[in-house]
Amino acid sequence: MSLYTMQQIIEAAEQKGAKISDIALEMESKESGLSAEEIKKRMYSNYAVMKDSVSNGISQVIPSVSGLTGGEGYRLWQERDKGLSGETILSAASRAMAVSNVNASMGKIVAAPTAGSCGIIPGVLMTVGERLGKSDEEIAESLITTAVVGKVIAQNATLAGAEGGCQAECGAASAMAAAAAVELSGGTPSQAGDAAAIAMKGVMGLVCDPVAGLVEVPCIKRNSFGAAQAILAADMAISGIKSVIPVDEVIKAMGEVGHAMPVELRETSMGGLAATSTGRALEEKLVKKE
Amino acid sequence: MNLFDIIGPVMIGPSSSHTAGAARLGKLARNIFGASFDRADITLYNSFAKTGKGHGTDKAVVAGIMGMDPDDERIKDAFEIGGKAGIEINFRLEDSNREVHPNTAKIQLFGEKSTMSITGCSLGGGRVMIQDIDGFKTEFTGEYNTIIAIQHDKPGIVAFAASYLAQKNINIAQMKLSRKSKGDTALMIIETDEIPPKSVKTDLEGHDGIYKIVLSTI
Repeated sequence: MSLYTMQQIIEAAEQKGAKISDIALEMESKESGLSAEEIKKRMYSNYAVMKDSVSNGISQVIPSVSGLTGGEGYRLWQERDKGLSGETILSAASRAMAVSNVNASMGKIVAAPTAGSCGIIPGVLMTVGERLGKSDEEIAESLITTAVVGKVIAQNATLAGAEGGCQAECGAASAMAAAAAVELSGGTPSQAGDAAAIAMKGVMGLVCDPVAGLVEVPCIKRNSFGAAQAILAADMAISGIKSVIPVDEVIKAMGEVGHAMPVELRETSMGGLAATSTGRALEEKLVKKE
Repeated sequence: MNLFDIIGPVMIGPSSSHTAGAARLGKLARNIFGASFDRADITLYNSFAKTGKGHGTDKAVVAGIMGMDPDDERIKDAFEIGGKAGIEINFRLEDSNREVHPNTAKIQLFGEKSTMSITGCSLGGGRVMIQDIDGFKTEFTGEYNTIIAIQHDKPGIVAFAASYLAQKNINIAQMKLSRKSKGDTALMIIETDEIPPKSVKTDLEGHDGIYKIVLSTI
């Protein structure tokens, strides 16, 4: 059983009265030969790594290998109960940056779907799960939902910044997290699809323009936006707001926008923020340091 | 593609192509060489050369040749670990070679009796491709169990290896042959679904046309 579109997966889930993660689990088990239990166990162990990287990154200032960044997640975490955005958004955003900080320091992370966007899914799921009182097992199951949404995006568009810009990395992660947040909240599969579409539409066109080619500026902060946006998209979908453009068409459009992007804006550090005078000066400085 | 290609791999940051992929290339080179070595000459090309330092590409390749996996937290200390093991490591950077993939590394390992040069590239998401072994063009990913054979380019050797694997009930997933010139030395890469027995080395080397077998398992 191979389903290649969100629509097929959503229909299969709704016909059975099941969750997207149930359908994904069934598909994966048939394709890989692994039992459902084994898949859940492996997802659980990935979630354990995610939790470790969150706690490492929020408990201390970890400078990146280049020295360009460090401590963003830690700093925002200190303000989570005071800030204007509210504790849920701030917790998710700080956790997302914390994981991204760990990544930039050569620490251990789970690529989700890539290393550059590795903070969004842990930031959202840990925070939403905590807020809803979900167990780690339930949160790890919702990771299966993020994975199948990511698989559909990979098959019908792209998950690589070099092909599709940041919308394909942080945008995809945000869409994947939004769908899982809906599922954790008890929303329907079709609402999960709407949330993914809404989140992706919010970042459509986002370029990949890392300063000095490093996964730091603006990647770390973009992880926080991806997380915040996923939660907002989930709330919108659960409130009954639909995506006018169906999720599969949004995904396809994202891929097309990515391919239409000039190469300067697709992870080559030739345009965007990387090509600003400050971006260039930092690059120069880092190259000299080497 | 499975769900763990999307949520995963577990890896040391910051980049799946420049760090995790680089470590995998190093580890594959170590496995392919299959013997101890005391010197490694590593050339990083293009994007690996330009942004490698900030991505820890150099550390990751060294960690790989020291046997570490992409999720090993000692990757950042790879130079110290290599130094303690008494391995001389030399780096060369070639930042604008249009002949090769943007993220390419050439790894030459020097052992007591032999030396080998292995070139591969990092394709993204931690996936890699070995493209050249000692001047033989090839293509394999290390995602399968891989038998690497250096052999005489003459009839019957492929059939010999294939029937040997059939006897052991091992399914061939992919296979590739390459040679520098007709009748000379050839390289055969066989990727298998099942893990071949350790005796595959001596069993296949028993054929007078097969000079060397290396087995790299997943």
